[in-house]
Amino acid sequence: MDIHDVPQEGNATLAGLRKAVYARGADNRIVTVASAGWEVEEIVTQQAADIFSDYAAAARKRVEAGESSPLEYWMYARRMDLATFAQSSGIWRWRIRRHFQPARFVRLNPTLLDRYAYALGISRQTLCQLPRDELK
Amino acid sequence: MYPADINQTEKNLTPATSFAHRHAAHCESGSVANLLSHYGRPLSEPMAFGLGSGLSFAYLNFIRIQEMPLIAYRAPPRGIIKGVSASLGIPFQVERFRSPSAGTARLDALLDQGRVVGLQTSVFWLPYFPEDMRFHFNAHNLVVYGREGDDYLISDPVFEHPVRCPRADLERARFAKGMLEPKGLLYYPRAATQALQLNQVVTPDNITRSIRRVARTMLAPVPIVGTRGMRWLARRIARLDPKDAATSRLIGHIVRMQEEIGTGGGGFRFLYAAFLQEAAESGSMPVLAEFSARLLDIGDEWRAFALASARMVKGRDAFDPPAIAALLSAQADREAVFFRDLRRALA
Repeated sequence: MDIHDVPQEGNATLAGLRKAVYARGADNRIVTVASAGWEVEEIVTQQAADIFSDYAAAARKRVEAGESSPLEYWMYARRMDLATFAQSSGIWRWRIRRHFQPARFVRLNPTLLDRYAYALGISRQTLCQLPRDELK
Repeated sequence: MYPADINQTEKNLTPATSFAHRHAAHCESGSVANLLSHYGRPLSEPMAFGLGSGLSFAYLNFIRIQEMPLIAYRAPPRGIIKGVSASLGIPFQVERFRSPSAGTARLDALLDQGRVVGLQTSVFWLPYFPEDMRFHFNAHNLVVYGREGDDYLISDPVFEHPVRCPRADLERARFAKGMLEPKGLLYYPRAATQALQLNQVVTPDNITRSIRRVARTMLAPVPIVGTRGMRWLARRIARLDPKDAATSRLIGHIVRMQEEIGTGGGGFRFLYAAFLQEAAESGSMPVLAEFSARLLDIGDEWRAFALASARMVKGRDAFDPPAIAALLSAQADREAVFFRDLRRALA
């Protein structure tokens, strides 16, 4: 790639951040060039972020229908899958899955709720309900 | 955990009032290069990446991260630090901690002594990252060069300028749990500044060895790494159902590992080409110049592969898994020839 071929298309997922890319400049020297972004990166980063927001939206519907607890919604909203959530909370997957049952979730003791809330980086109050608006 | 005499040898250190931040493509090579340059051993990012044998390819289908197989265009985390440390003969002090408070206290103590230190962190908990890039990836490297009030002063190599991070957030990022968890990992070169200056020379021997290590991995007779790993992944892609959403996700994931996660473009191939160029000159190994140019061309082909894949992910072109697979195995062919030639040239 030559330096004038370094994409400067802008990339919404970078939020103004520029990335260093290596490209061939004068005298064939390879140098770093700050790139404002390439649409290819934007497409795949957006796709990765959307996977979680789609999961969160689906979980939200289940919570509203009384089929799941806000715990599942928040797990996806904080970009975790069950394996990651189990590792970061230190609570076994099957146990977390049980706590996706609304009836069980409402009976959880504050200590356990705090553990979940800490792993997700949100407060206990936030954890116990859905946010009013869909998170970005 | 750390020997008591460490602090004795470094009384001549002055507090870091400034730090020469350099924008880098990749977090680990950037952190090591900037850190060593600060301590008096000037080092470019490509040289750090090359000496650390950073280039690789791996397709580990049995390791799942967020439901996706592990696909990497680079060597495992911490390999660059270890490689640079061994090549230059600069030992690194490496510390991990059981408790977040101990980790933070140690970081503060080092900063107060005027030390600049490298850290391993999780991207998700770093508030200065753009929202869309905050995933649970636990092996992000950065350099802390000071603190001011409740903020740490951070030289994050993938950012253009130095940034700040509140205390609580950095602690969280250092003690994130899960795969590759950092456990508060911090590192810095152990020798004092004067000692580092004795090790200025990168010998052709160091360079040859680091390149051979990459060639060995790329041509390894196992199906999951190097060019064989690419071919295996290509065969897997060829069988995918074009209508399945999982197909699009896997293809998008491959491209993301190649282009989005600070690679300098073309899955680190451009960065490694820059290393070969620098090695050709500073290591007086002119034969490497030709390989640098060839690898740039291979990098361009990776960019073409990414572009074709992203167009399908976006729905601009119809999904055609066999076509993607063909592009990938063509890359495997190119790199197999490239690394065989490179190995022969260094023999």
